[in-house]
Amino acid sequence: MTSSAPAARALAPAGVRATARVTARPDGRGGTALPVLQGEGPLALRRTRAAGPAAHVLLVGAMSGPLGGDHLTVEAATEPGAHLRVGSAAATMALPGQGEASPEARYDVRLTVAADSTLHWLPEQLISVRGSALHVTTRADVAEGGHLILREEQTLGRTAEPPGLLRSRLTVRHADRVLLDQELACGPGAPAGWDGPAVLAGHRAVGQLVVVSPEFRTNPPAAAVLGEHATLTPLAGPGILVTAVAPDGLRLRRILDEARERWT
Amino acid sequence: MSRAALLILADGRFPAGGHAHSGGAEAAVKAGRVTGAPSLEDFCRGRLHTTGLVSAGLAAAAALGADGRAALDEAVDAHTRSLALRTAARKLGRQLLRAGRATWPSPELDALARAFPKGAHQPVVLGTTARAAGLGPADAAYCAAYETVSGPATAVVRLLGLDPFEATAVLARLGADLDEVAAAAVRAAHRVPEEGLHALPAASAPLLEIGGEAHAAWPVRLFAS
Repeated sequence: MTSSAPAARALAPAGVRATARVTARPDGRGGTALPVLQGEGPLALRRTRAAGPAAHVLLVGAMSGPLGGDHLTVEAATEPGAHLRVGSAAATMALPGQGEASPEARYDVRLTVAADSTLHWLPEQLISVRGSALHVTTRADVAEGGHLILREEQTLGRTAEPPGLLRSRLTVRHADRVLLDQELACGPGAPAGWDGPAVLAGHRAVGQLVVVSPEFRTNPPAAAVLGEHATLTPLAGPGILVTAVAPDGLRLRRILDEARERWT
Repeated sequence: MSRAALLILADGRFPAGGHAHSGGAEAAVKAGRVTGAPSLEDFCRGRLHTTGLVSAGLAAAAALGADGRAALDEAVDAHTRSLALRTAARKLGRQLLRAGRATWPSPELDALARAFPKGAHQPVVLGTTARAAGLGPADAAYCAAYETVSGPATAVVRLLGLDPFEATAVLARLGADLDEVAAAAVRAAHRVPEEGLHALPAASAPLLEIGGEAHAAWPVRLFAS
C-alpha cells in the first residue's frame, strides 16, 4: 500500500492489538503466587483478595470493546500445584467498529492447565451487540491430572435488540486428545438456519460449562437432562459438558450455576 | 468413479439402518418446533449447516484416505457433545460397515472393522465405504450432507403425517445449501494433510445436542435418535 495520505490513514481500520497474561505458581506456603500478571491496552488484570489456596484474578475492561478490527488475547496458565480463579468485572460487549465495513474483531483465550493444578475460568457473559462482528476462539490444554472449570455464556443482542455476527470456537484438549471441539455461528451473516428449530429456535442466550477432572476417569456422571433446554453429557475422556440455551442471560446463568455447584 | 455406485450408497434403501433414526426430528416435533413443511425446512437447513457440514467434512477426509482413521473417529467424539448422539453414530457406523463390506469388499473396510470392534463413527465409515466403492471425497460429502436432511424429512412424514410430496419438495429447496455444504466440506478435507484435523468444520447445533440427549431418555419413542 502506498496510500499514506492522512485522510486514508484516519479511515483505515485501526484496531487495537493487546494481550493480557497471567501465570499461577505455588508460593511454597500453601497459597498461589502470580509471577506473571500483565495487562495491556483495554485488558487489565487485578488480583483480588481471597481466602484459601487459590489466587483470584479479575479481568477488568479498561476500554469498551472489542470493537471491529481489534484483536485481543488473554492467556492464563497454571503450573503444577497452583490454583487460579479468573473472573471478569463486567460483561464483554462485542461492538461495531467505525465505518460501514469495519472488519471482524477477534478475541482469543488460551488456557494451559498443568498436572495437579486447578484453573477456574469464569468470565461474565459475552454480549453480541447489533452491527458487531466478533470471532472468539477459546482453547484449553489440560495436562493429565489437571482440573479445569470453564464457563462460556453468549447473549445475542442487548435487550430486544438483534445480535451482531458472533462466531465462536471452543477446543478443549486433555493430555493428547481433543475432548471437545465446537463451533457456533449466530447472527446476520451466519450460515442459514442458525435461529431455526435445530439450532437456537429464538433463544437469545447460549452457554456451556466444561469440567475436566481426573476423578471423572473412574467415576463419570451419567448423562442427564437438566431442564427443558439443558443437558449434562460425559465427554469422551475425564470431562463433562453442560450445554444450555435460555431466553436470556440471567436464566442461562441460573442453569449453569446449579450445575457448577453440583459437579465441582 | 461410478455414478451407479453413488446411487447405491446414497439410496435410502441401502441396508445401513438409517431409517430407524430421525436425525433429531422426533424431539423437535414433540417440542413443537417442527409442525409442518416450513419449519421442517428451517430445521433441515440448520442441521445441514452444522451437523451436516461436520459429517460431510469427516466423510470427505476419510474418503481422501487420510491416514489415521482413529484420529478422525476421535474427532467425531470431540464434535458431538451428546453421548446419546455419539452412541447413535457408532451404531450407525457399525451397521453401515456391515453393509459396505458386503457390497464393496475392501482391505480398508476390513481394517476399519478390526480397529473398531464396537463400531467406528458413521461419517468415518461412510467416507471409507465411498473409497471402497471407487468414489471420491465430493461423493462422500454429498452422501453425508444429504442424509442429514433426508432422514428428518422422511421421519417427519411419519411423525406428523406430512404429505410426502411436500417433504420431498423441502429437500429439493435445500439443493443450493447442499452444494455449498459439500463444497466447503471437501475444501476443508483437502486442508487436513497440512493443517491437521482442526481444519475440519466443527459447527454445532445446541438444540440438536440437547434434544438428542433428552430423546434418548424417553421411555417410548418411534425412532432410535
